[in-house]
Amino acid sequence: MQEVKREEEKRNFSLYHGLWTLTSRELKKWYKSPVILLLSIIQPIFWIALFGKAMNLGGLFTGTSLNIPGLTIPKQIIDEIGAEILKQTFGTTDYFSFLAAGMLSFIVLFTSMQSGMSIVWDRRLGVLDRLLTTPVPRGNILMAKILNSVIRSLVQASIVLAVAVLLGMSFAPGINALDFLGAYGALFLMSFGLSSLFLMLALRATDWQSQMAIMNLLNLPLLFTSNAFYPIKEMPNWLKPVAYVNPLTYSNGAVRGLLLGISTNLSIDFLYLGLFAVILSVIGILLSWRYLSM
Amino acid sequence: MREAIIKAINLTKMFGKFVAVDHINFEVYDGEIFGFLGPNGAGKSTTIKMLTTVLRPTEGTAIVNGYDIIKDPAHVRQSIGVVPQEYTADEDLTGWENIMMMAGLYGIPKSIADERAKELLDMVELSFAANRKVSTYSGGMRRRLEIAMSLVSRPKVLFLDEPTIGLDAQTRAAIWNYIKKLKEEYDMTIFVTTHYLEEADMYGDRIAIIDKGKILAIGSPKELKERVGGDVISLQTTNDEEAMKIISSVTDGILDVKKLEDGIRIKVKGGEEKAPLILESLLKRGIKVTRMSITEPTMDEVYMEITGKRMRDEEGSKEEMFAFRRTLRRARG
Repeated sequence: MQEVKREEEKRNFSLYHGLWTLTSRELKKWYKSPVILLLSIIQPIFWIALFGKAMNLGGLFTGTSLNIPGLTIPKQIIDEIGAEILKQTFGTTDYFSFLAAGMLSFIVLFTSMQSGMSIVWDRRLGVLDRLLTTPVPRGNILMAKILNSVIRSLVQASIVLAVAVLLGMSFAPGINALDFLGAYGALFLMSFGLSSLFLMLALRATDWQSQMAIMNLLNLPLLFTSNAFYPIKEMPNWLKPVAYVNPLTYSNGAVRGLLLGISTNLSIDFLYLGLFAVILSVIGILLSWRYLSM
Repeated sequence: MREAIIKAINLTKMFGKFVAVDHINFEVYDGEIFGFLGPNGAGKSTTIKMLTTVLRPTEGTAIVNGYDIIKDPAHVRQSIGVVPQEYTADEDLTGWENIMMMAGLYGIPKSIADERAKELLDMVELSFAANRKVSTYSGGMRRRLEIAMSLVSRPKVLFLDEPTIGLDAQTRAAIWNYIKKLKEEYDMTIFVTTHYLEEADMYGDRIAIIDKGKILAIGSPKELKERVGGDVISLQTTNDEEAMKIISSVTDGILDVKKLEDGIRIKVKGGEEKAPLILESLLKRGIKVTRMSITEPTMDEVYMEITGKRMRDEEGSKEEMFAFRRTLRRARG
């Protein structure tokens, strides 16, 4: 007994040590809880089915019995005018696909936003107190939560994508696996940045109400000041600058560019999203060293 | 001289202008159970948080296991185990998963961790509930799990912050038995805070009494009791002021007379013989004794002697009270 006790065992203390332990802890809470898992699957389906199909702007312009009294314009011409308006505005005649691509960023935004809640609960329930006494690097506590949130976001985005396809989303002709990979890359970067941001806001928080308030304050404005529903060029001038700093604009741009073939500047999209993710996560980790360390 | 495994040097923590821990110095020897005794808000938890590298001291430092808590917190963390006052296990995971998570955080390879988790769950008699979610555990079970979680890294020093708070007397005794068993089995040093006097008395090898951020006395329970010396006669009379004068002048063999909030306390050698004499002399002067008791020194007496008041729950910081109530609630749930 005596010898066994004091034996120094080989332990693994790399920079990343504990990162996967903590991430899998968070993921377990998700996939082991049937209710939460089910809700998180249903939620995107609701959004895409209700929002996507009910708010079908395309239907306003095409396939209607619209006509102007006194003039008998052939239906074909009206349809073509409608299609042209759609194409001018959205870059495609398929508004559902346009919206569905935007929905991907939207579900990522909503899921990433919730990341902050978990740190508030960990603090309130004392779990954080325990984690802080272990030799896990402080940055990894935050990083695990970011990763968890990113993984959840991407899974939810995949569900949205699958449902959208079932409901009739069509991709650009000649699309290949690389395009999908790129679209996921864009969503990954945005989720990374957004999760870092909301975790950062929650680092010092002890009550979940204020965290909820922050989430509710930011979610819809972030959504509506992006090009999720309508293109930036249709926005009033005062709104445009806001849209141009909104990361959703760039992830929408990248996803639509890659999946739907709507013209966009991919390098700017990825540059912006990359910087967004890197800068916010670095600030987050620095802050976690500052606030989670003693 | 025994080897000091924890050494606090002018350890101080201020929250704004409030001094929670005020330049304390003490040593904990290798292999002992060191009890940190004081009321709520005395600075016990703050001290433990500093020693376990969760809070940074405002001033001073401490050496734990040979490592400086400020200069080398990473090594301190690797060599200690901590059972915080609150329940910290993840309620959504099972007992087994919680222990394995801790093993992961301490960088213990999975094969070793598996073995230890089994052994520890056996030891705290939780094997039967290993695969149940922690949210279904009772207060005593949860505390046992907390202890098992802290031991998976085989720490040299185990810190326990109020391990028995909110538990019933029977469970408290059981928890203490585990602590003693663990200490013997793993040859650990145990630093434990408590506000239960009798626990400190029964289980502590040495005790420090802390109040308002200052250490007032350190020693084994026996040493502390000897410091109080002799029996204690407690009196309540119709006129305490007058009675005190009479007692000091009339009777001999009296070591000390003190006026407390709830009466007079007389320290005396041979309490049984002196008590009737005191009664008699008071009655002669027309002072009635309404209540009287003779006790051999207990930790209560020691505490009163040293701090000048009875142990009771005092207002701690808001956060501390919040944490305290939450722990109570969950212990009962």
